Amino acid sequence: MNEKKKDLTLSIPKEEIMQPGHLACQGCGASLAMRYALKALGRNVILDIPACCWAVIDGPFPYSATGVPIYHTAFETAAAVASGISNGLRSVGKSGATIMAWAGDGGTFDIGIQALSGAAERNDDIIYTVYDNEAYMNTGIQRSSATPHGAWTTTTPVKHFKKGEKKDLDSIMVAHGIPYMATASISHPEDLIKKYQKAAKIRGTKFLHVYAPCPTGWKSDPAMTVKVAKLAVETNVFPIYEVENGNYRINIKPSKRKEVKEYLSMQGRFKHLTEEDVKYIQENIDRKWDTLLKKEQYFSSKEK
Amino acid sequence: MTDDKKVELNKVSDYPEMPVSLGSMLWNKTSSWRNFKPVIDGTKCIGCGICWKFCPEPAIFPTNPPTVDYDFCKGCGICISECPTKAISKVDETR
Repeated sequence: MNEKKKDLTLSIPKEEIMQPGHLACQGCGASLAMRYALKALGRNVILDIPACCWAVIDGPFPYSATGVPIYHTAFETAAAVASGISNGLRSVGKSGATIMAWAGDGGTFDIGIQALSGAAERNDDIIYTVYDNEAYMNTGIQRSSATPHGAWTTTTPVKHFKKGEKKDLDSIMVAHGIPYMATASISHPEDLIKKYQKAAKIRGTKFLHVYAPCPTGWKSDPAMTVKVAKLAVETNVFPIYEVENGNYRINIKPSKRKEVKEYLSMQGRFKHLTEEDVKYIQENIDRKWDTLLKKEQYFSSKEK
Repeated sequence: MTDDKKVELNKVSDYPEMPVSLGSMLWNKTSSWRNFKPVIDGTKCIGCGICWKFCPEPAIFPTNPPTVDYDFCKGCGICISECPTKAISKVDETR
């Protein structure tokens, strides 16, 4: 027993900047996302958080579980405040800090899109992260425009489940011509951390879309959070790709696409779906994946 | 920043000018949230670090074999379902 064992194999940075004691639910995907993002960016970060789950997870003022300065803002102003901090620091001659706006999908897809669009148009030097749990989880699981087709929420109950696709915010952000847009999932932390480190080196507006399952709102087992996120990638529900100066690159291509049924069956919010609904969802996912592949092919052929 | 004492703000003058965080949340021991605790079997552990990597608190220390911080573990069970060698078991807890 006294024989000294080797150190643990660590594929991500060891330093913990986010501390325990926070108020996230058991198995929260959003807290994992923050943990990885701070591991990638280090301590020289100023966070700006609008009303979202993280405004609660972080703890009541004057406490914080993140270990970096946090500025709480109103719901719609995440990107505007981040721009202000970034430009304010520059005008007093302080540089080096990374300014990160950290908003949920409601505060980005619906309420914050105006401020985000403005910041992207001015190309202010910020990282904008949306951690996507596909509804307004903090206020009690109301539908947002990031909620996928077929999902149950408290405002789209079973008989009237959400009809209509998730808003394609990634394409909207690419259309703004920002230097870097990427999607990442908490099930692939190495890829997520690499993307944050890349984003920190680029000047201009960087947009990261992080997939963060919510066991409370998705009615899934807290222990399965990472498995659900992994399945979302393997079934092409949430493709992992990045767009650098307009060039598409898919980072993770599942060798064999799994059936979306497997992903849907893990979550109580899709329990009511019939075979027909599942077929419709599968067709939609395949169509979107094909479009993405074509976009990647187009840009890779242009490079040659 | 890293101590687990509560910050006392009794007078208005105690408050900072800007609403930024001052203290950590380490005083908030979240162990009372859980119904079971994960117990790591050191003999089955291969030292892959996956349980540490996927802990949302984080309440697992990266030692070999990993150790669980029972002050903060909320008992979500991610480590149990992700362990490739099933070295972590679910132990019911009563208090």
